[in-house]
Amino acid sequence: MGDARDLLVVGAGPAGMAAAWRAAQSGLRVSVVDDNPAAGGQIWRGGPPEATVWFERIRSVEVDVINGARVFQQLRPGTLLAETTSGVCELSYKSLVLATGARELFLPFTGWTLPNVMGAGGLQALVKTGLPIEGKRVVVAGSGPLLLAVAAYLRGHGANVLLIAEQASSVQLARFAVGLFSKRSQAFELKRQLKGVPYRSGCWVLEAHGTEKLEVVTLVRDKKRLRIECDYLACGFHLVPNVELAKLLGSDVEPRGVKVNEFQQTTVANVYSAGETTGIGGLELSLVEGEIAGLAAAGKHDAARELFPLRAKQRKFADLLNRTFALRDELKHLSTPQTIVCRCEDVTFERLQKHSSWRAAKLQTRCGMGPCQGRICGGAVEFLFGWRAESVRPPALPVRIDSLIHK
Amino acid sequence: MSEFVTLAVNGIAVEMPAGSMVSAAILKTGTQSFRRSVTGEPRGPLCGMGICFECRVTIDGEQHCRSCQTVCRNGMDVRTDG
Repeated sequence: MGDARDLLVVGAGPAGMAAAWRAAQSGLRVSVVDDNPAAGGQIWRGGPPEATVWFERIRSVEVDVINGARVFQQLRPGTLLAETTSGVCELSYKSLVLATGARELFLPFTGWTLPNVMGAGGLQALVKTGLPIEGKRVVVAGSGPLLLAVAAYLRGHGANVLLIAEQASSVQLARFAVGLFSKRSQAFELKRQLKGVPYRSGCWVLEAHGTEKLEVVTLVRDKKRLRIECDYLACGFHLVPNVELAKLLGSDVEPRGVKVNEFQQTTVANVYSAGETTGIGGLELSLVEGEIAGLAAAGKHDAARELFPLRAKQRKFADLLNRTFALRDELKHLSTPQTIVCRCEDVTFERLQKHSSWRAAKLQTRCGMGPCQGRICGGAVEFLFGWRAESVRPPALPVRIDSLIHK
Repeated sequence: MSEFVTLAVNGIAVEMPAGSMVSAAILKTGTQSFRRSVTGEPRGPLCGMGICFECRVTIDGEQHCRSCQTVCRNGMDVRTDG
């Protein structure tokens, strides 16, 4: 038996940190488990200055942070199993907060499997963890506010950002700009950092070219094609929530994310969820949802209620964000018959087209059955064919054989 | 703790700031293809956060390590399969 702590938080990003801080402050014994080598999640990877206050808050309370541990299975209700480099650990809890964050949505196009074609957040993560980017020519493409943040970050580290290509139309973006009113200072700061970098709306990647690696990218705007030679293409189409663990535990999941009540509680008793896992909404929404979850798990419902107005305001912003960056239909037609959709098993678009459901496609083609377990192609096939992933079965991630036979 | 660590990628020594990931070290040596796909295509990192498994390599003899979630250590021996 592991030690049954009061609260286990899965995910050490903003939502998880906020939940852990509030719960620990309220007297609970709290652990946070995360698969990365350090806390902060994706957005606070490397501990940027704006996150300092939250890292200090976590240090100011007693929270046990377990890094480098990947939760892959429920041993029994109230106990999860996580794999580390040194073996499997049992994590027992009375309450649980799932703050598993989000991943980028990738859409297939010819050449998207070439080395140096990466996610927007993907390239940023690499640079944050030691990749020299100075002088490299980068095209940033796809959709969502992340593109701007990534471009500014890369440029700040010496990259030559040739273009930011946003698929959303200028009409969609104008509405968003009005909605940005409350986040004006952030928007101005980004604008300053990106001065001189072309930002094109209604523009998207058609094809990446190269043999052993990316050499050229072709984009389209106003029916005109542009060819750009570059070293990296950083391309992501906004975000999708990581709901696999919630599904594994039996929580209901809606199209936007894990279903929660006003106290961020899922449909499973004593299991809460917060942040991008419950629907894409950005940093501030993640933080306030995390705080509410942490307080609610500690039984402080009145204190949690006081944060509802702030959450409502952030949710409104999130709704605007998601409407603004809704994906255009043209993106469904980027694949040729030979374009690979499932990268783990190299399943092409034409092989999938023959099927009418995710299950049939999986059984016949192995689409979504490789190491990523459909985490990359799942979002793409949902967008391309309207197929939604079904139940998640243990283990939620590929693990070593000796982890599976853990007793 | 020193500020830099030195590891080997396919026998090539590379120095990285402490805390860097193996994926960044591999790219720094000029290797872009980390592995071959099931049909033999070259592949490199995509998601950068442990989800896509495209960056898996052999580290100190252990296969299928996700290089984007493995911190560089002194003396590490990294082999790509690309």
